[in-house]
Amino acid sequence: MSIRHSLLALLHDQPMYGYQLRSEFEERTGSTWPLNIGQVYTTLDRLERDGLAIKDGDDGEGHVVYRITASGKAEVSQWFAAPVVATNPPRNELAIKLSLAMTLDNVDVEMLLQAQRTASMRNLQTYTRQRREAAKSDSNDSQDVAWILVLDSLVFGAEAEIRWLDHCEGWLRKHRFRTSKSPASHAAEPTNATKEPTR
Amino acid sequence: MSDQVLQLRKVCMTYGNGANSVGALRDINLDVSAGEFVAVMGPSGSGKSSLLTLAGGLEKATSGDIYVENTPLGALNINELARLRRRAIGYVFQDFNLVPSLTAVENVALPRELDGVPSRKARRQAMDALRSVGIDELADRFMDQISGGQRQRVAIARAIVGQRRLILADEPTGALDTASGDGIMEVLRHRADAGCAVVLVTHEARHAGWADRVLFLKDGRIVDQAAQSYDPTDLLELPAN
Repeated sequence: MSIRHSLLALLHDQPMYGYQLRSEFEERTGSTWPLNIGQVYTTLDRLERDGLAIKDGDDGEGHVVYRITASGKAEVSQWFAAPVVATNPPRNELAIKLSLAMTLDNVDVEMLLQAQRTASMRNLQTYTRQRREAAKSDSNDSQDVAWILVLDSLVFGAEAEIRWLDHCEGWLRKHRFRTSKSPASHAAEPTNATKEPTR
Repeated sequence: MSDQVLQLRKVCMTYGNGANSVGALRDINLDVSAGEFVAVMGPSGSGKSSLLTLAGGLEKATSGDIYVENTPLGALNINELARLRRRAIGYVFQDFNLVPSLTAVENVALPRELDGVPSRKARRQAMDALRSVGIDELADRFMDQISGGQRQRVAIARAIVGQRRLILADEPTGALDTASGDGIMEVLRHRADAGCAVVLVTHEARHAGWADRVLFLKDGRIVDQAAQSYDPTDLLELPAN
């Protein structure tokens, strides 16, 4: 996640101080990726160093306000115009764990798959409930819309994970590749016990 | 009296005899209470549809007991079972099973009329059911004049007409696009919130996500279940509106 570009994009909207930027970021993304205030100030220092933002006095209450520069605006436009391309597959602990489980002895793969599916389903239920609650407001407020879209992304992500687990299980059944030979001592600790996103 | 609308106790279902017998369900115990939405998932052949068929009294279990609103299905004769099904159980199928030559309201009123309810009253109940699934304005349309999603809503209205409290839905979104499928889940969720017990068989994780509880079946057994947590501190952090 590019904190640098996210903060710059918010400054493009209007000049803001550090705490304001943090709460704007969290409001617009449903607090799904909480920001440390230290991270915010370090990033603002770097934006200033690179000529993308400048200090613009204070707000009368002692908060230092930052304003985007012309170069900063160009950088934001470029960020939005460029697709996010993962040059390498992102590190996925579940994929790594499962690949190893399928090729190592003494791991009960079916149990591992089921424990993970249950955990992923619980996440999906939580996201679906929150999505339903969020949609009830029927609001066009940009922050509500952003929150709903973040939840949609989490729903689709959890759904994809479960589909992939089903696929792995189907593959396993088809090939009967060393299934449940021995009850594994380390089979059922699900990965990605996601915290409920809050807002 | 229990608030459980559906109860299965040590239910087994075996097809065939002797060496050729195949166990579809083994030792199933399940309680579904009023207001609860339960989804059942599992690979093909895991016993999902058999579970629904038994719960609805369409087939007889090889062993074990099934109760619908505290009535043991095994103790009923054919006529009593048919009466209980019409009074208490609503089905929703993937292919709707609606009568094309009838309008939406006539389709929904049909089971009530078959149950001896005067047609004017049956129609009034059918209109209430159509209203509760949000399509009362389509009451006089024929089935080829409405969309697939709307047809499935008619089928759900037929399933709930006359205060039936157990809804059994077998892959109800299989023939629908994503948006219509989500709309159907919303209707089922509302029905559960209004006090029905809903059991949904699905292979779509996205739809199971609407349920309070998800059962995973494998080789005829419930191998695990995922229940939502309702931690009040989480709820406090939901949007105020």
